[in-house]
Amino acid sequence: MPDQLEHLPRLTHLLPCREAQIKTLLLLLGEPEHYSYPSIFIYGHRASGKSHVTLTLLKELKMPHVVVNCVECVSLGLLFEHVLLSLFGSSHTSLPRGPSLSDFVRLYRQLCSEDPAKQTRYIVLDHAELLRDMSANLLPGFLRLQELVEDNVTVIFLSEIVWDKFRPNTGCFEPLLLHFPDYSKVELQQILAQDSCPSYSPELYSSYISILLGVFYSVCRDLRELRHLAALNFPKFCEPLEKGEAKESDAHKLWRNIEPHLKKAMQTVYLREVSSVQWEEQQQKEEKEVGELRGLSAYTHVELPYYSKFLLIAAYLASYNPARTDRRFFLKNHGRIKKTNFLKKHEKTSNHLLGPKPFPLDRLLAIFYSVVDSRVAPTASIFSQISSLVTLQLLTQVGHDDQLDSPKYKCAVSLGFVRAIASDDLHQHALRWTADHRTLHLRHHPVGSHPTSCCLWVRCGPRAAVWEPVCVQRRGIPRQPPALDQPQLCVDCAPAWHWLR
Amino acid sequence: INQFYLSHKCVHCSSASGHFVFFIIYATRSLIIQIHQFILQEDLNKKMLDGLLEFVKKSAASFWCRDDDWMSRMRASEIPTAALVLGVNMPDHTITFESMTELLHDSLTPFVASVQAKECTAMKQLMQKVLQRLMGTNVMVDEDEAEADLGFHTRDCPQKRVNCSLSALCDWYQSATKKSPVKSPRKRLSSSQSEFLQSPPVVVIFRDLEAFSPQVLQDFILVCSQYVHQLPLVFIFGIATSPSTIQRMLPHSVSSLLCIELFQSLSCTQHLATIIDKLFLTSKFHFKFSAKVLQVLVGIFLYHDFSVCNFIKGLQLSLLEHFHSQPLSVLCCHKQEALVHAQQLNDRDGCVMKSQTSLLHHPQGVCQKLLKSLHKYHKNFYPALRCLHVLTSILPKYPLGKQIRELYVLCLEKKVWETQEYDSAMQLIRMLAKDELVTCLQKCVEILTFCKSKKLKKVGQQLQDITYTLYASTIKCINHLHHPYSSFNYSFQTLLEMKECRRTRRKTPYEILRNAVVDYIDNLVKTHLYPPESQPLYEVWYYSSSGTVRRHLNATPRTSIQTALSHPYCYLQNEALKNDSGIISSAAPDICIIYKLHLECGRLINLYDWLEAYATVATAAEGKDPSAIEGGKVDELKHARFIRAVSELEFLGFVKSTKQKTDHVARLTWGGC
Repeated sequence: MPDQLEHLPRLTHLLPCREAQIKTLLLLLGEPEHYSYPSIFIYGHRASGKSHVTLTLLKELKMPHVVVNCVECVSLGLLFEHVLLSLFGSSHTSLPRGPSLSDFVRLYRQLCSEDPAKQTRYIVLDHAELLRDMSANLLPGFLRLQELVEDNVTVIFLSEIVWDKFRPNTGCFEPLLLHFPDYSKVELQQILAQDSCPSYSPELYSSYISILLGVFYSVCRDLRELRHLAALNFPKFCEPLEKGEAKESDAHKLWRNIEPHLKKAMQTVYLREVSSVQWEEQQQKEEKEVGELRGLSAYTHVELPYYSKFLLIAAYLASYNPARTDRRFFLKNHGRIKKTNFLKKHEKTSNHLLGPKPFPLDRLLAIFYSVVDSRVAPTASIFSQISSLVTLQLLTQVGHDDQLDSPKYKCAVSLGFVRAIASDDLHQHALRWTADHRTLHLRHHPVGSHPTSCCLWVRCGPRAAVWEPVCVQRRGIPRQPPALDQPQLCVDCAPAWHWLR
Repeated sequence: INQFYLSHKCVHCSSASGHFVFFIIYATRSLIIQIHQFILQEDLNKKMLDGLLEFVKKSAASFWCRDDDWMSRMRASEIPTAALVLGVNMPDHTITFESMTELLHDSLTPFVASVQAKECTAMKQLMQKVLQRLMGTNVMVDEDEAEADLGFHTRDCPQKRVNCSLSALCDWYQSATKKSPVKSPRKRLSSSQSEFLQSPPVVVIFRDLEAFSPQVLQDFILVCSQYVHQLPLVFIFGIATSPSTIQRMLPHSVSSLLCIELFQSLSCTQHLATIIDKLFLTSKFHFKFSAKVLQVLVGIFLYHDFSVCNFIKGLQLSLLEHFHSQPLSVLCCHKQEALVHAQQLNDRDGCVMKSQTSLLHHPQGVCQKLLKSLHKYHKNFYPALRCLHVLTSILPKYPLGKQIRELYVLCLEKKVWETQEYDSAMQLIRMLAKDELVTCLQKCVEILTFCKSKKLKKVGQQLQDITYTLYASTIKCINHLHHPYSSFNYSFQTLLEMKECRRTRRKTPYEILRNAVVDYIDNLVKTHLYPPESQPLYEVWYYSSSGTVRRHLNATPRTSIQTALSHPYCYLQNEALKNDSGIISSAAPDICIIYKLHLECGRLINLYDWLEAYATVATAAEGKDPSAIEGGKVDELKHARFIRAVSELEFLGFVKSTKQKTDHVARLTWGGC
């Protein structure tokens, strides 16, 4: 026993906070000449040190090993070739084209007979979850590779996913499971504090790290990311020190300086709204008061051709309104519909909670023609606009079987997006036919832009179940919103309108 | 389409007394357009491309100068990524990407790979395409390649065998950059001297980010991030919608591997405005559109595609049409050439000239004089138009349009000074505050003094004088002025009062000057902004058949199918089919008869009834008595013809078989009856 653990102190120094895992692994690997357990499955969250620990261990103990990143292996051949090449050197590894697992095993045995293992060989498969998609027999094969090739070989799987999601239906050899838990806050502090900046004292850096963790620990436990953030913001932390405004002992002053800055970093650079380089540049320029950097999500505006806008609005209406309400919204002389059971019970739940529903092309075009003001000829470009909306991922095509006859689409944009498009110019009126009363909540415009919707909102808000455009005398909402100073309100809504203003 | 037209043109030329001038002029003209277009394109995107180039250069430099200090050791190494927001006009992106690739090739790096979503549906293809384009060799992906390929990749040529992995790319990159310095692969005069950086960056361009499958993209970025220390990778994302697409497609774990910087291209409406400005609002370019054609093209642009390329294509098409259909188009060239051509025309076929409507009231042989005046008219037209636009584009509510193209269309259509909008614009100018008026006048003076016409220069001089006087009077009457815009807030009553008071009050010197300015402008408009139709020989420059353009560029397949079916004469040109009444002509093709008959039915059509109706019509065509069909038996030939016609109609999407009734088909279209 002590033989394997003699490296333990050295390794724990290299790999802080992973003592238990190292110990287990060392015991599992055992003596180099002995056969080891055929397969080990190591799992844990991102940046919890799985590959780092495994690789350092194998390197420090000088074990023969090969590391394969499964993401990179676009084909099976690549994976096999890589393994054979690293384990046996470049000597004639002639896999056939499009090799299967049995080819691999055959070749392995052949090469192995020439060069039998003196020590246990290790094959480390990183991102092992991708093995599931490759070939059905690949994962079970690798699990009992030792048995198949009759060699002293152990396969180590690394994954972020638990083993239960791997187990094939047909059953397989069960690997040994080893879990790497997340680092705790104290551990993170300890690890991060290790790489202190040479020009400052380790204590200062340690206190900086604790401030950083205080801000970021709730959102991010990824060691790599935290280290990156620490490096990015450290110059700002040191700024008062360099200017001579504070000493290293002025902890409070330093904290006051850095805390708002870190909070801002959390909203921008952490989310990659602003790139790291831009963030650093901004830090340097800060004195000159440069304009605020706009993040990626600040640019949501999309310019679309006129008819594309209407097509998208029509698609939105088709996706979120039940088809049976179309008659009511888009026909002039729809029959009188009973107020109470206008919407069926299941339709009363917000359509926005249920997500977009597919609709056929005909319905889209029918709504489009009734929404758009002028007469539009059904030209080829209208149809090509639909398909270009699909390429832009603003619409998605549902089902690919019946393309010629009646393709179906879904609207892939949110209400906010459609509203932004509609408000570009006077497309606003096109959006008012939404059956969902919750929509109307959202459609509550600030003063003056659309008093009728405010009126509807008030009307439907408290009672919520059913709404009716009461204040427009059963003839639908007028195209032009009434003037600001004289909204055409019904008796019910008038007081509410004043209250709203 | 070009080929087609050219061959036609040859025929046309040889028949029309063999002058090939048409051809030459046309060729030069289209060349001019192309050159113009390219200049524009590069100019417009120059800012964005320069920024991009700077970015790539910077990130490549930072890759190699990465010093070993604490900061760079601590920082996670990210892949520099440029997000180009290019707008939804996807046909135009090709040009942008081409010029970008060329720029990168010429000045920075020979290693540029650009990929499109449709060729990379899986990780394997993406990897293969990238490697292939970078290394310029065949990359092997084992399973895919056909057996025929096998002979090529035999063991005899192992150097051809490149594994489809990034480590292979790394090895290749090491060996490629070792042979320093790397020279541009294209031996150009301009760039042959330039040497790249010691180790140029490897640029991967994703042309249409939206269309990529997120999984493929994520995997690729993950793999690339593993090699970021060995390969100076730079990504360029072409985004059509908005940059938030990146966040939608990539989870945080992946997007944290990128260092994204945003670059925005010029909006396409600005692009269009520049093109119209440079190509149409100048007297140097002799081919013009009439108001209708311009409206059609701009309409297609704004309503349908936002594509500058398509706009230029429309321009080229109408150019071809113009030269093809208008015999006088031979005069549509530079002044000197045109005069020579005119002489030849006069000598040879004066009748061509006579046939033109604009020449009805002019005696024969004055062609050269008229041409000169046409050139002169245009020389004056555009500066005057620009002046008017400068003054009207700052007015509230833009009575004459915000963009110069709107004003231009208005001026092309009719006499602009007779419109109501013009009157109201002039009234608003009469209320303009001093500082605004002065800035406008300065712009006008600039326009007028730079143009060639003497007349306009004189007007410019006069306006300049007024501007000086205005300057001088600033000090004197600074208190007299009231700002007219503040009066918009007053009630009607106060406005009336003010008007009253203005009438009685003596005018300030500023007001007198302002009125003088308005008079000058008014005069300018009335002398120079005549609509082109009023000019003799305007057909030489103006292309006016908007219907043709619309038919070609904004096709209506459904309408044409319906026209073909209901009025076969349109396409077949057979005299027997020429009747406008609603009667079903028995001479028409089967499918037309079937179509007409099906219009009379409801939602479901009984096939047997349909067949009988068809048989009746068809028998009438043979000259027999329709009632002669004995016992309801239709002969087999007609039956077969009927079935074929019905299946054709089904193929066109007019009918569909139903599951409700086996002997019925359902109608899929409505109306038309």
